Amino acid sequence: MSSSVKLSCRGVWKIFGPDAKNFLVNHNHKPRSRDLKAANLVGGVRDVNIDIHSGEIFVIMGLSGSGKSTLVRCLSRLIEPTGGEILFDGQDLLKASDDEMIEIRRHKMGMVFQHFALLPHLTVLGNVAFPLEIQGISKERREKLALEIIELVGLSGRENYYPRELSGGQQQRVGIARSLAVEPEIWFLDEPFSALDPLIRREMQDEFIRLQNVLKKTIVFITHDFDEAIRLADRIAIMKDGKVIQIGTPEDLVMNPATDYVAEFTQHIPRAKVLTAGLLKEAYDSSIKTSGTVAHDTVIADIADDIERSDKPFVVTTADDTPVGLLSRKRVMDVLVGREVSL
Amino acid sequence: MISAMKNKVLDVRPFGSAKIFWILALLVTVFFYLEGKGLFPKWMFKVPRKSQIPVKNYISDFMNWLVQEANFGFFTFKELTRGISGLLDLPLSFATSLFSTGFMEGQGSQAIQIIPPMSWIAVIAAVVAMGHYAKDWKLASFIGACFLYLAIFGQWDSAMVTLASIVIAVPFGVVGGLLLAIGAYRFPWFEKTISPVLDLMQTIPVFAYLVPILFLFGFGPVAAMIATIIYAMPPMTRIAIMSLKGVPSEIIDFGNMAGCTKRQLMWKVLVPSAAPGIMVGVNQVIMLSLNMVIIASMIGAGGLGYDVLSSLRRLDIGGGLEAGVGIVVLAIALDRLSQAFAARSEPIHLDGQANIIRRHPWSLSVTVIVLFTLVSGFIVPAIQNYPDTWELGVGSSLAELVAWINVNFFDALEAYKTIVLVYFMVPVKLVLLKMPWAWTILLLCVGAWQLGGRKLFLLTLLLSLFIVATGMWEKAMITVYLCGVSVVIACLIGIPVGIFAAENDRLGRVVQVVIDTLQTLPSFVYLIPVVMLFRVGDFSAMVAVVLYAIAPAIRYTTHGIQQIPSPLVEAGITSGCTRRQLLWKVKLPLALPEILLGLNQTIMLALSMLVITALVGTRDLGQEVYIALTKADTGRGLVAGLSIAFIAIIADRMIAAGSRKAKQRLGLGGELGQETR
Repeated sequence: MSSSVKLSCRGVWKIFGPDAKNFLVNHNHKPRSRDLKAANLVGGVRDVNIDIHSGEIFVIMGLSGSGKSTLVRCLSRLIEPTGGEILFDGQDLLKASDDEMIEIRRHKMGMVFQHFALLPHLTVLGNVAFPLEIQGISKERREKLALEIIELVGLSGRENYYPRELSGGQQQRVGIARSLAVEPEIWFLDEPFSALDPLIRREMQDEFIRLQNVLKKTIVFITHDFDEAIRLADRIAIMKDGKVIQIGTPEDLVMNPATDYVAEFTQHIPRAKVLTAGLLKEAYDSSIKTSGTVAHDTVIADIADDIERSDKPFVVTTADDTPVGLLSRKRVMDVLVGREVSL
Repeated sequence: MISAMKNKVLDVRPFGSAKIFWILALLVTVFFYLEGKGLFPKWMFKVPRKSQIPVKNYISDFMNWLVQEANFGFFTFKELTRGISGLLDLPLSFATSLFSTGFMEGQGSQAIQIIPPMSWIAVIAAVVAMGHYAKDWKLASFIGACFLYLAIFGQWDSAMVTLASIVIAVPFGVVGGLLLAIGAYRFPWFEKTISPVLDLMQTIPVFAYLVPILFLFGFGPVAAMIATIIYAMPPMTRIAIMSLKGVPSEIIDFGNMAGCTKRQLMWKVLVPSAAPGIMVGVNQVIMLSLNMVIIASMIGAGGLGYDVLSSLRRLDIGGGLEAGVGIVVLAIALDRLSQAFAARSEPIHLDGQANIIRRHPWSLSVTVIVLFTLVSGFIVPAIQNYPDTWELGVGSSLAELVAWINVNFFDALEAYKTIVLVYFMVPVKLVLLKMPWAWTILLLCVGAWQLGGRKLFLLTLLLSLFIVATGMWEKAMITVYLCGVSVVIACLIGIPVGIFAAENDRLGRVVQVVIDTLQTLPSFVYLIPVVMLFRVGDFSAMVAVVLYAIAPAIRYTTHGIQQIPSPLVEAGITSGCTRRQLLWKVKLPLALPEILLGLNQTIMLALSMLVITALVGTRDLGQEVYIALTKADTGRGLVAGLSIAFIAIIADRMIAAGSRKAKQRLGLGGELGQETR
């Protein structure tokens, strides 16, 4: 992930309560928990620093009340942060005027909501075309664009349905289509699948992965479900009490949890779903006979069957097919049955 | 009411010192009652005229100044009000022409009708079409039947005059209310400003502001319409504010993320999303406008309301009842229709592009019928006007029925009346009248302090002192007595009925229909049968008030019991409660906050009805307002009206505080919990 930084937040605070701005300045932008308590203020987001790279899926994971929804609303400036900087392509959003913000949101941002937030009086087509309508695009053109996206999310034939005629999963497809209508550069998803049944949730996650493979957006994805985070994320930020306590790839979090709190989440995660071939590989030795190759960023669970069936190790390769190591059946079995693995 | 309040205090906060205080207070009260008025100087009962604050004179002088002298530079205040009337007169006379008189050329008796009004067939076709559009054939035929009734029973002409004024008043009320609500939503300071005004507008009796309207806008249909709009707007504003605030924050977030400007956010996102709630407000405006029909006829509205009023004045029971039923039928039809529109979901998607006939089947066919009846009406008059010979009259037979009841049941009715009067109503009245005002206010204020702390105490003190200082105390006590007696009886009947309705599904449905109907009836209509059976006086007033105000007592009790979380009831059952224990130990305590809200609503309705019962000869504040209306005495009417509003506000705030306390104690609402977070 060496690509450029799309969205970056530096020392962002959101403090709820009267006169929060002065409080933050008076405490030199570093108030402690007890300072907040003494002033009877609530720290919704506390000194958050994150960089979100172009084209990555950045998941913000936290339980309810951890400040994740507040943070994503600070990033899109739906909530005015109390302090800090939010740099979007280098421009500080907090210094943008109302009109500039409207322009940025119209053309560069899209957002999907937990409870869909569809407008009840508009059809699927009307909802998807709504962000374009707001911009004053002609009816003919916006409906043509909207139909294309409706097809992309698999809702063709339902254009003239009203939201209440659709199932939850279908409604969220509309929400997704609508947020994509303006071809945003950054895509916020605020717990998009939390209100759905587990089976539908799974299906929507697959759909989401499929879409991202086509679209390659920069994504900020909020969830309270660690499994979901593991499944979708390139990188995860874990939040607690308004603070980000660890940022890393799923692998990092599982292998090196920064605190006991993070470990609580990771200990139940099957490591085969997280660890990659690249991490488990042993030194490359061209003299050993092998039965095939695996890409270094493949998750063990996906190749376990193949490796189990063969008695010879596999070659681990990088993106340009250079062999970098070997992966033996023993190592894979260790991970699968949960034995301690030396790395 | 005060004694009822005392009990509530004991229920809500059963701690030692308060209990002792109220027992002592009760003893002192009994002592004062037995000793009579002799204990105290006279001014403790009626403040002498020269010590009163002449608020009514101030108001009357101000109104005179406003009308005679107020000037905005380019135009006078009088020109402004006349201008508004002129402006409102345009749509109103158009609607009246359309439904009732036809379009005229020329003035007065020389006027020639150029185009006749919509024929009865066309009107019925239009409402049937709307009924089907809003819901289904069942509703359509029901509404068609209602309008057909008006034609058959000879109420058509008056009903169309009334309909014309409703059709114009409602959009003004709705748009005005919506704009106020949007202002309040956008600017918190604006909401803070209008909120107390709305409170006052909803509690002050209509009669009280009929007088200034009469003063400013003259006598006639336009003034009546203005009164109607003012009367119907506050609930619309309230409901619209609530609906706007009820739009999920995610929808607002979405609107912002889509890049809406402030205006786009309001009109393309917020208002459409709040539309179902706003439609409930529209229904309210329609119902309140119909409720005003009779009252508005006092300042010049014609139509059904005028028929009822003049029949009441002539004591023509049959005629009054016929027109009254006409209002009810119109009210029910419009209520069902607007409710169906409110509940109407967006049409199911239409597949493909339908042609114009498929897309607008109703507007087209109604237009055809209107044009056809217009033309053929010239040839066959029965198409234009419902022929007199087909009309039926029920007035005389109804009058005979009443006469029959009175002849055969006079003794029984009279006995009931006497028992209630002698053993219940008169003693309550005497207790209230024999207490010096200082003592009553003291008890009231202590109650206020216990329920709601210092703020409520101060409010209660100030408002009740206003009543004393303007010389309204005695009349206010009669109002309190009538209201209190009626509310107690309404609760004695309503709460048990509510409990039964909650426990028994089938009964519940029947009760639901009955109270829905009761609430659709304009308040005046209650007076007619009551006067027929019990003649004029306090008892008749009480019966009418009970009938009018009982609905919320029933409704809230039922709702309060039904909304108890089922695990709590199940816990009661598994602990082995009998049905009776379950009711008394689990359900009623948990439903208490809701029942208190019902009590609150009952009191509000009782107070608003009480003013109308002035027509049957009460001697309370309502009568004072009514007299002021007949004398066009703005100051007198407003002061008495404000006194009634203040009584309502005190009762409302105290009960709301009690309900809040009960909720907190039960851990239901948890408003306090949220505040401390």
